[in-house]
Amino acid sequence: MTAFAHIAWFDEIGLGDREQVGGKGGSLGELTRAGISVPGGFVVRTGAFERFLATLERQAPVRAAVAALEADDLDAITRCSRALRERIEAAALPAEVAADLTAAHARLVRSRLAQPLAVRSSATCEDAQQASFAGLQDTYLWVRGLGEITRRVRSCWASLYSVESISYRLKQGFPEERVAMAVVVQVMVDAAASGVMFTRSPTTGDRSVVTIEAAWGVGSAVVGGEVTPDRWVLGKITGEVSTREISDKHIQHVAAEQGGVAAVAVSEERRRIPCLSDAELQELRSLARRIEGHYGRAQDIEWAIDREGGAIRLLQSRPETVWSAREAAPIAKPEQDPLMHLLSVFGTRRCR
Amino acid sequence: MNTQTQAFPAPSSLKVLPGTEAAQAAYPYYMQFTAADDQRFWFYNSMHFPEPMSAFDMVTAEAAYCALGSSTTRVHCIPTTLGIDYRILNGRVYIGGNAVTDPAEIARRTHEFQQRAFYYYGNWERLYAQWREKMLTLINEAQALPKLELPELEPLANVHAGRGIAANHQLLEIYQKTLEGYFRMWHHHFEFLLLGYGAYMTFFAFCKKAFPEISDQTIARMVAGIEAEIFRPDEEVRRLARRAVELGVDDEFREGRTAQAVLTALESRGTAGRDWLGELAVSRDPWFNINVGDGFYHYHRSWNDDLSMPFAGLPGYIARVRAGESLERPIEALKQQRRQLIEDYRELLASDEERQAYDQMIGLAHRVFPYVEGHKFYCEHWYTNLFFNKIREFGALLAAHGFFAREEDVFQLTHYEVEAAIIDLMTSWSNGSPPRGPQHWPPIVRERRAAIAEWAKHSTPPALGPVPEVIDDPAIVMLWGITRESLDSWLRAGDASSRELRGFAASSGVVEGPACVVRSVEEIARVRPGDILVCQITNPTWAPIFQKIAGAVSDIGGSMSHAAIVAREFGLPAVVGTGTATTRIRDGQRIRVDGGRGIVTLLS
Repeated sequence: MTAFAHIAWFDEIGLGDREQVGGKGGSLGELTRAGISVPGGFVVRTGAFERFLATLERQAPVRAAVAALEADDLDAITRCSRALRERIEAAALPAEVAADLTAAHARLVRSRLAQPLAVRSSATCEDAQQASFAGLQDTYLWVRGLGEITRRVRSCWASLYSVESISYRLKQGFPEERVAMAVVVQVMVDAAASGVMFTRSPTTGDRSVVTIEAAWGVGSAVVGGEVTPDRWVLGKITGEVSTREISDKHIQHVAAEQGGVAAVAVSEERRRIPCLSDAELQELRSLARRIEGHYGRAQDIEWAIDREGGAIRLLQSRPETVWSAREAAPIAKPEQDPLMHLLSVFGTRRCR
Repeated sequence: MNTQTQAFPAPSSLKVLPGTEAAQAAYPYYMQFTAADDQRFWFYNSMHFPEPMSAFDMVTAEAAYCALGSSTTRVHCIPTTLGIDYRILNGRVYIGGNAVTDPAEIARRTHEFQQRAFYYYGNWERLYAQWREKMLTLINEAQALPKLELPELEPLANVHAGRGIAANHQLLEIYQKTLEGYFRMWHHHFEFLLLGYGAYMTFFAFCKKAFPEISDQTIARMVAGIEAEIFRPDEEVRRLARRAVELGVDDEFREGRTAQAVLTALESRGTAGRDWLGELAVSRDPWFNINVGDGFYHYHRSWNDDLSMPFAGLPGYIARVRAGESLERPIEALKQQRRQLIEDYRELLASDEERQAYDQMIGLAHRVFPYVEGHKFYCEHWYTNLFFNKIREFGALLAAHGFFAREEDVFQLTHYEVEAAIIDLMTSWSNGSPPRGPQHWPPIVRERRAAIAEWAKHSTPPALGPVPEVIDDPAIVMLWGITRESLDSWLRAGDASSRELRGFAASSGVVEGPACVVRSVEEIARVRPGDILVCQITNPTWAPIFQKIAGAVSDIGGSMSHAAIVAREFGLPAVVGTGTATTRIRDGQRIRVDGGRGIVTLLS
């Protein structure tokens, strides 16, 4: 295999490589190596971004310009953001980055030049323990051809300088020199249905259930809150379905003619029927157990069901942050005399 | 929802149904409601007494509550609860807890509890082995009671032996021993029961805290035994199905053919037929000593008394044997599944500390739970069956002397009245005058039968009196599964417009089908393959027909009830403890049973 300086294939990387491939890239690599079905792809390493940025910095300051801003000066942030994004989107890729990207793209799509791809931001500050950066950077779906891919890689880099991202970093006091962006390029899944799942109950923190939310089409409608998803709660161990909430899924995201996704109405007969079969729910559950087992902690997982063949593809997995952050006292401790446990039932008036 | 202002009807507002006053008055004074009872919360014990109780059958409530309370109040001294008070109205048994609330008293009782109950837990295996011996002795004693005889003259042998006590006295002696044995049996019944449930509840409460969304049935599956006695009668029916095929007499077992017709046919099938009848005799003693109900009513006859239940299951099992199934329960696989389930949940716990506590609690539950599962066969089934059959013998004797028309009529008398009738008969034998009973009892029996028929026509409130803020009496929570949530649902149940019934999720799976509402075992023949069985209570004796139904719904029962355990093993969707299924669901109505969520939906 030809070594690329600026590209890393999913099966070459893991969580330990986050500095070079960002949070999302590291996670997709980790899952791929664990044998989980992830749509094939590669990461444009942060080194490429650094090389690109170095060229820009020679023309005019970038990081120093951001670092100089006041967190509450929205006007200044907006002006700076617009200027930086225009510069990033107009600049050419450094030659060796362009060469690696061209070669990697060719290898990924092989003869299918019009193979739709997803181009996804993968920032290094998207820290694994802290999902708060999620959603601040851009993702581009159904991108076709090297020219468009290249343009969207630059857009991802530019999204690091969106008003929201800059404001967030300034508020958090996050040092600009540590901010870098890798970009994931992977095969687009034409999803029949897609969604998210949590390996802990978001409502009770229960570790013994898997909560699955899903809707028709591509997951952007679910993640973006544009549709009320169907919702199931399954026993993680038993597979028993304790909750089934089938909602009115009035729209779905599908591939748009010009690239990207478009919201279209769901036909009357499909709106109120479950978008997943029981077999798919069980398959998702076993996938959730595998991924959680791999990481050794609760996960928040995005997935899609391929319209072609019906296989489940993993798109993202990140640690659950809300319940994991709570330090709970043990529910019970071992007793010198195990019989003392009985007094919790026999010996006290229980109050609620 | 604010239920502070809500209350169930006061006991005093509930009237004895017109025309049944005399029948109501027959129950002893200590079971009648008084004005002071209005201040307390009572609930209808539909779990154990789903139908109006005949005067005699009240002995079961009497003996059981006497023994239950002895255990909780005075023997093991459960810190927070005394015994159960009970009252009867319109044939329905209402019960109320007797909580201990004074902290000083709780502390005193906790100290006693540790001297008493902890000793039992600490010596469980030895005491339980001893318990089985005591129980078998008790059963042997009951079986050894002589047949009732009242010869015209005292047998000469007795006279020559100088026996001195005449034959009529033996009637009183046998009756009193029969009654005494029944009261004693209930003490044995409760010797370990609350302690066994308590260990289960301790583990249950831990699981609910650790895994707030875990289902009751999952916890039950972790604790429930796999080789418990409750599975045995059905295993015997399966064994008999296999033997029928092996012996080549399986063609005699046909759907719809009565047990008697099958037995007669087998007698003329030579050695093979006799061999199978021999196998049947082996199974019957003791495993067919199982009641088709919970053994609390005299008419819950055993398989031995009425072979129609096991025989109803045979054609289906035989068809499966012919199709190559072994019908053996996969014991090792079931044990492995249980081990895996326990291990998988253990892994999910947050820390090793919690895992150690979990190990301690499940370990204790596993040690003590075999009693909870095993006692029923010996107590509620085997012994109760002997008891009611002995009383039935007295019924036959009294009927023969014209006290009433049929032996079953004896159950319309209280146990005090039966003793009075026996003494009447003894007196008549002594003095040579006709007994007074034949004039006295027939109208009373008629009146009481009519009263029971009238009471059965009317439903009764699920609870009476003020709504308590919490239900935390361990005895009530453990034995009846009643929680504050159940009360709220009872309060809402007045709203009959809902298309949904809620109960305990007993065995998961969703199924739709026509309801077959079965109010008594005599109707069992009506159940068709694919029906959803709707009944007041199911128990393991119904297992043989579980193979042909699509789902089961009951008025009564919890997720740890035997019906739930058996349903899970059959993979049969089941919702138990709905409270009102047999009254809300029409026979033939299409319903959906969601056994994982405990919901029954009326579809048509």
